[in-house]
Amino acid sequence: MREVAIVGVGSTGFRAVTPDVSYKEMMFEAATRAYQDAGNISPRKDIDAFISVAEDYWEGFSIFDEFVPDQLGAVLRHLFTVCGDSIIGLSTAYMLIKTGHFDVVALESHGKPSDILTLYDVVQFAMDPMLNRPLGGHPFFVAGLEMTRFLYETGNTKEQCAMVVSKNRGNALANPYAAYGADIDVDDVLCSNHQFYPLNQLDVSQPSDGGIVMILASNEVAAELSDNPVWVKGVGWAVETPSLETRCWSDAVYARIAADMAYKKAGIGNPSREVDFAEVDDLFSYKELQHIEALRLCRPGEAGLLVEEGETWIGGSMPVNTSGGNLGMGWALEASGMQRLLETVLQLRGEAGSRQLSDVDVGVAQSWRGVPTTTGAVAVLTNY
Amino acid sequence: MSEKIKRFPGEELKGADIRVGKVPTIRFRPRVRYLWSAGVAMSRFIEGLKEGKIVASTCEKCGRIMVPPRAFCEECFKPVDGYTPVKDTGTINTWSVSYVAGDASRIKEPILVAVIDMDGASTGMGLLHLLGEIDDWKQIKFGMRVKAVWKPPEERTGNITDIRYFKPVKEV
Ligand SMILES: [Zn+2]
Repeated sequence: MREVAIVGVGSTGFRAVTPDVSYKEMMFEAATRAYQDAGNISPRKDIDAFISVAEDYWEGFSIFDEFVPDQLGAVLRHLFTVCGDSIIGLSTAYMLIKTGHFDVVALESHGKPSDILTLYDVVQFAMDPMLNRPLGGHPFFVAGLEMTRFLYETGNTKEQCAMVVSKNRGNALANPYAAYGADIDVDDVLCSNHQFYPLNQLDVSQPSDGGIVMILASNEVAAELSDNPVWVKGVGWAVETPSLETRCWSDAVYARIAADMAYKKAGIGNPSREVDFAEVDDLFSYKELQHIEALRLCRPGEAGLLVEEGETWIGGSMPVNTSGGNLGMGWALEASGMQRLLETVLQLRGEAGSRQLSDVDVGVAQSWRGVPTTTGAVAVLTNY
Repeated sequence: MSEKIKRFPGEELKGADIRVGKVPTIRFRPRVRYLWSAGVAMSRFIEGLKEGKIVASTCEKCGRIMVPPRAFCEECFKPVDGYTPVKDTGTINTWSVSYVAGDASRIKEPILVAVIDMDGASTGMGLLHLLGEIDDWKQIKFGMRVKAVWKPPEERTGNITDIRYFKPVKEV
């Protein structure tokens, strides 16, 4: 059976602004680090295919694919862009290797929202032009709508969401790649400005710039490239509906379906027992709780209790977002999911520094494409 | 129409029908604006333009002198070794004559565009730019020698248009 491993990772780290480098130079740095990490391979001859995850409107280019090869060492090589989240990009790389036609695939994703002067107008541009855009307002009210219904249906509380912020911003202090590490308590969150009720200002992730590159390889060559390969045991993705009028507002159904797909592939029947830790999307504080429930890491309605009782903190029984999540590392557009993957790999390799978890073998990474989407993806990774 | 069908059934639509709302449509103008960080290599290029210089970057491994400059050599996949100005003269590599403006309207005075291999840069590297001071585009030839015509220093803004165009030069 052909298996797929992550054999190299590289990142620039994430910062609120990066005026010193162009997006190309950012990608070059992440790629250089990843190639070195993967046994110092040469992209000019050792990599069979390249995948870049990017969205034209974020980049400010139509057909951004064309602006990718130089900085990845992929000139005159086999490259395409995946328009989606980076865990969807991982799924694509995984499938390429599974075909048997590719042994080594490079996966790249970056975000440079500081280059976009009208970031939230671009988000609004993702909403329906006939039904929603004419109403105006900041598009993040969509998250407010979802949080209201989610808390009402599940019994999770605003205070528990605030605890997520406190935990993740605190975890980010121990992560040198994170842009927004901070010592914040529940009252700080609850007293911050109302933004999109029930979301306060500190419940919302802030944009950050940075890039990540990963090298994936088949089991036939993984040992040559890495002493500590991390295995991709399962991938999954799903989309619900663009319709704000008819979608499910309480549960992250897309994440549930994506997780079930990945768990099935990985042979995981009881995730809350078999998964050691998770990195989930937390672009808004409540999304962490909602996604924990969708990934069946606890029973429905109990994610808030998990954070309240310390179980999702470092040292708890189900640590979530030891990296700091998006709240701590920042919202890096399509690279947000790649941040979740990166931390999962580092934890499984035992390279997470002062935030390293003990005895972890199975990690789950999950992404969401953000407001106003219902697209998510999940990857199950192991170190054996 | 065809031989057999003189007129298709239904109502014919004109462009004006859409403008006046006879056909239901939704109009939306996105607000998308960017401010790209120029970065290490292009910052040097932009600063060079203000000084009337075309800046290249160099790779000692493959020996190339690269215009436009980049922070890394895409062939060798390593950081470049330095930056150096090249001459503002060059040779026409390829060219075209555009009788259509950016908005697709026809124009009488065609826009002459060319890729120019810059003197001092490696083979096949240079700038895409406009040609000027050419009476008849039929005078353009492969291998034609050209030179940059710069805006006066006080008008330069660090933009590719700090060079107005390239004009033919006679070699002495
Ligand atoms: Zn070189």
